[in-house]
Amino acid sequence: MSELIKDGRRLDGRKLDELREIEAKAGVIKRADGSGYFRLGNTIAVAAVYGPRELHPKHLVDPVKAYVKCRYNMAPFSTTERVKPGPSRRSTEISKVIKEAISSVLFLEEYPKTGIEVFIEVLQADASTRCVGLNAASIALADAGIPMRDLIVSCSAGKIDGKVVLDIAGEEDFEGEVDLPIAYVPRENKIYLLQMDGIISQEDFRKAIEMATKGCEIIYEKQKEAIKRKYEAFEEGVKK
Amino acid sequence: MTNENKEDNSQLMAEEKKIVVPGELLAKGIEFLPGYGTFKENGEIRSKILGLVKLKEHLISVVPLSGAYIPITGDGVIGIVSDVQISSWLIDINSPYIGFLPLSEGTEDFIDLTRNDITDYFDVGDVVYARINRVTKRKDVQLSMKDRMCRKLYGGDILRITPAKVPRLIGRSGSMIEMIKKRTGCHIIVGQNGLVWIKGEKETLAAKAVLMVEKESHIEGLTDRIEKMLNESATVKTEETNEEVIQ
Repeated sequence: MSELIKDGRRLDGRKLDELREIEAKAGVIKRADGSGYFRLGNTIAVAAVYGPRELHPKHLVDPVKAYVKCRYNMAPFSTTERVKPGPSRRSTEISKVIKEAISSVLFLEEYPKTGIEVFIEVLQADASTRCVGLNAASIALADAGIPMRDLIVSCSAGKIDGKVVLDIAGEEDFEGEVDLPIAYVPRENKIYLLQMDGIISQEDFRKAIEMATKGCEIIYEKQKEAIKRKYEAFEEGVKK
Repeated sequence: MTNENKEDNSQLMAEEKKIVVPGELLAKGIEFLPGYGTFKENGEIRSKILGLVKLKEHLISVVPLSGAYIPITGDGVIGIVSDVQISSWLIDINSPYIGFLPLSEGTEDFIDLTRNDITDYFDVGDVVYARINRVTKRKDVQLSMKDRMCRKLYGGDILRITPAKVPRLIGRSGSMIEMIKKRTGCHIIVGQNGLVWIKGEKETLAAKAVLMVEKESHIEGLTDRIEKMLNESATVKTEETNEEVIQ
């Protein structure tokens, strides 16, 4: 097995508790009610939100609150090996956990009988795709004007070469021991999504969670900035 | 004493007309009241939506920048008839909820349903301006045509804008829309649901102005820019016609 950490630096030169480069944008899809773009290093996701609108099929309609539909999909060209198009066991599962994380921060009771549709498309995958997808969806939901308690942020932590690290990327995903993605609401200090594969000690688990929440706080600021920038950049253009 | 102390702790954290995102802290303490687009949690008022902060004495609200139209009793809306049933019409009002127009609210004529077909009044595809009569808690929407302005709209064009921008398009006591109407000479009807009906010779110019309001509504000095744009287009138009005359 190759070494993943050398002199306190990782394969891509990051420190143990360093995130990859972040890029966030709002309003990238014109026809959608709201949209977002999020990039973490080489992982890129785009999300579009439609609604609240009439919900089909009718049996999903809830007379007291809105229903969130979520689709997570990886583009066939997103990885080194072609991803077979269409839903898979993996994408169905990720859609479900993202849907539940999103549902918990929205004021769904404001729109009874309707559906809010979230589409997440992973354009380039280099580990932590569900985190990047959820971050893009969070931006898209705010852009669509849907009432939320707070923006939801997601980030992963893990364990490689016996050390706890933030934001698993590339090689670390296959070679590492543990991958632990979380979705977090900084203000409430609550975790709405937590998955893990691998074996980890209780102590390291706590450390990983703490590291991931710190990462989330950095991403949270970037998300806020991206949403505001959509309007502020435009404002400057008009004033000139 | 403790009460007074609590009041002293009240603090305003947001500035007027500033863009806020969901979850952002607007004010603390009992001095302030949460208005539209905000919620109160642990004594703190926070924004629920993306929008601009609005302060009215102690009431803090957030004016939305986007979002779907949610019907409110008394609103005038523009709708497109989507289905005709035995004694009612279903009307698409650009909202997650469908408008229901019963026969008795649609017309005052006496209709014998065994002989007459109600498509004579409104048929699928017709455009109407209607008033929202009643909205139930579960968002069943009943429309009515028994109002001064309500009628079927013939001809013209329909524009779709973000429903959140409708108050800006109308302006303070109708100033913005009156200006566009006057400068372009078009008939314009604005539905609260974000549909705008325009009919007249300078339809394109009016549509351009409406879309400009939608796009730039959150930036100060909107009225002046719209006026400037309308004036510029007017001069360009006259120059063009002059040239034609010369040729």
